[in-house]
Amino acid sequence: MQKMLAVDPEKCTGCRLCETSCSIYNEKTCTPEKARIRVTKWENEGIYIPMVCQQCDIPICESVCPMHAIKRDSNTQALVIDKELCVGCRLCMQFCPFGGIGVDDETKKIIKCDLCNGEPICVKFCQPMALQYVDANTLNTRKRRAAAKRFSDILKKMLATI
Amino acid sequence: MVQKRKIAYINLTTKKLSQKAMPKKIRTMYIGGRGIDMYMLYNHLKPKIDPLSPQNVLLVGAGLLGGIPCLGSGRCDIAAKSPLTGAVGDSNIGGFFAPELRFTGFDHLAITGKAEKPVYLLVKNDEIEIKEASHLWGKDTFETQTIIRKDQDDENIKSLVIGVAGENLVKFANILTGMKNSAGRTGMGCVMGSKNLKAIAARGTTPLEFAHPDRLLEYCRQMNDMITSTRWSKAQSRWGTMIIYSNTNTTGLIRTRNFQLNRLEEGQDLEPENIDRYSIGTSGCYGCAVHCRHRYVLREGPHAPLYGEGPEYTSLGAFGTMIDCRKMETILVANHLVNKYGVDTLETGGLIAWAMELYEKGILNDKMTDGLKLEWGNEEALYEMITNIAHRKGFGNTLADGFKKAIAKIGNGSEYYAIQVKGMSNLHSDERPTPSFALGIATSTRGADHLRSRPAIDMYGLPEDLLEEVYGGPVASEYNSYYGKPRMVWWQERLYAVTDSIGLCKFQTVFCSVHAPQWKEFSKLIQLATGVEISETQLMEIGERIYTIERLFNLREGFSRKDDNLPERYFKEPTPIGLPVAKNKKIDREKFSKMLDEYYKLHGWGNDGIPTAGTLKKLGLDKEPSNLI
Repeated sequence: MQKMLAVDPEKCTGCRLCETSCSIYNEKTCTPEKARIRVTKWENEGIYIPMVCQQCDIPICESVCPMHAIKRDSNTQALVIDKELCVGCRLCMQFCPFGGIGVDDETKKIIKCDLCNGEPICVKFCQPMALQYVDANTLNTRKRRAAAKRFSDILKKMLATI
Repeated sequence: MVQKRKIAYINLTTKKLSQKAMPKKIRTMYIGGRGIDMYMLYNHLKPKIDPLSPQNVLLVGAGLLGGIPCLGSGRCDIAAKSPLTGAVGDSNIGGFFAPELRFTGFDHLAITGKAEKPVYLLVKNDEIEIKEASHLWGKDTFETQTIIRKDQDDENIKSLVIGVAGENLVKFANILTGMKNSAGRTGMGCVMGSKNLKAIAARGTTPLEFAHPDRLLEYCRQMNDMITSTRWSKAQSRWGTMIIYSNTNTTGLIRTRNFQLNRLEEGQDLEPENIDRYSIGTSGCYGCAVHCRHRYVLREGPHAPLYGEGPEYTSLGAFGTMIDCRKMETILVANHLVNKYGVDTLETGGLIAWAMELYEKGILNDKMTDGLKLEWGNEEALYEMITNIAHRKGFGNTLADGFKKAIAKIGNGSEYYAIQVKGMSNLHSDERPTPSFALGIATSTRGADHLRSRPAIDMYGLPEDLLEEVYGGPVASEYNSYYGKPRMVWWQERLYAVTDSIGLCKFQTVFCSVHAPQWKEFSKLIQLATGVEISETQLMEIGERIYTIERLFNLREGFSRKDDNLPERYFKEPTPIGLPVAKNKKIDREKFSKMLDEYYKLHGWGNDGIPTAGTLKKLGLDKEPSNLI
């Protein structure tokens, strides 16, 4: 099963190490504006949600690109931009439902997460593990187990009372 | 230097704005953040000015390494002459403001004058605007930030703001960013208020360049691993700085009922674990892998619904032990109130605890407190006092002026009960069993304070060979001892001065863990980020220079050796309870005086606490003021 960049907002502490490391890795400067991942915050309520390209199975960005500049990497299955072909029309940005695509203000070209060739730098920097690069099935198994724990606790209690 | 950084000068009276590139010489002598702020404070101010006059300068300085992905690189230093103490005013703030300021291209702002009407500053990529702020005046700290974002239609704006306390010139009003990050100490919010400056908003998209980005990134990752692998940081990640309470209260190192006891009996509800009842998770400042503050929600009770962040160990003392209030919920409500109004949590708690002891002793009575029963543990009186201080209402108006003025006004022996140095309240820690901590609060350039020099690792009883390796000379392992403690304080002072100047979090250096990054790691980070080689020895010398220029500022304002002292009670009253290491302890006056001699000598200052001509020459301070920026 293909690995995916999984986001768990409940664990996010809002520190923006993901944005910072992403921009230094990809742009060689610290420019969160150009980070492929951004933490969206509701500061007054304490809600932090990292937003990043979901590498969709049926990618709208790829379908709307008139230049066929968005391609799937055969190793990582990430959707990557062919900068030679990209004309900066930003259709992909307008159609992406997650805000997963940005524009570089200087080059006017599209920027998006390419999963760092299978070793996402943001994951390495995320101490609370709100970001993980995991097998989709493994992730699902973990989630299932976490959800089932409630039932298991109830069962244990019931058995104990019998 | 790779990082082309600028400084902006803003005169609010004339509305004149100008900017200048940061000279390399200033960088290599003072680094950034606090160091450069202190240089400018000494250089820009004429002696003995009124801190609330337009002549005072409000300095905002991002650290040299602000924005790097490690060790809480979001720290910003704010300085001015303190309206609370008349000495160095300086406060360090976390959160997200400093990196955002750096993304605008500016590292430092120097604000003078006074606006005719309320204004705020908007710093946006190389452009600075003075904006009208009448609609923000009277708003609390949270609302102010929200309205600025809405006005500018930009949710990524980060602002430093004052609340009503700053507007009302409460002498210890703070500056806040986000939900809780505060430049709390020395009344920097009061200086902002005196300039009719409600907020400083920043938004930038300018790339921050590094000399060796790839190597820097890898080294930052190592730094995060280094700090998060310490036991201290692991505990701090989980419970925040409140974790200190478990140890200090059990031992008997916490002032309780102002200064009458050194442990809060039946204080179980204040144990850090109890935050779990209210916490929805932790939160981190910019570039921090430790994330030491809780996001808490009160879902029921008269103050619900309420969302807040923290509380710090400081607030556990300020609104808990010092006033003998034993409920976590009280701490959370009071913590929220001080953040909303924009007053320093520690100073507020310290003053209220003092007032409660005066009330108990009959020095204050119902008539003087407007009928408010300032009795131990009276949480309603606490909330009302906080509100009255922020609004300068009734007796709150007396406390809003800080210890110095309040003592003069109340008189009647009230000074003896005030736990303050140089006019600033001490933390709720009780330093009678720990001479190193006691020396630190006495010598701190900004008044009683634990963040200037506290060698917290003194508490661990580390092996003496390890201590000698760290501190470069013999130091006793026991924290009750006086031996070698001046050396500890001297070393920590320099380390913290440099930490505040590169803009990293003090908790991520040798504060509570001996295994945390320090000189060697800082030197390497500076080299990778800027390409400039500053050796460990040079960094120590820079720390010495910064601390000495702060000393020069205070001397110029009339402070001297007599002000490097402790409240009289430290010498007279032994601690009544606690474990054997903490019980029946007081500071020995003679030994304290010897520590002071030794401390001055290590700094290269005379017995009178004045830096010698040789020291000034060695540090390149013999020709100050040099007015380079």
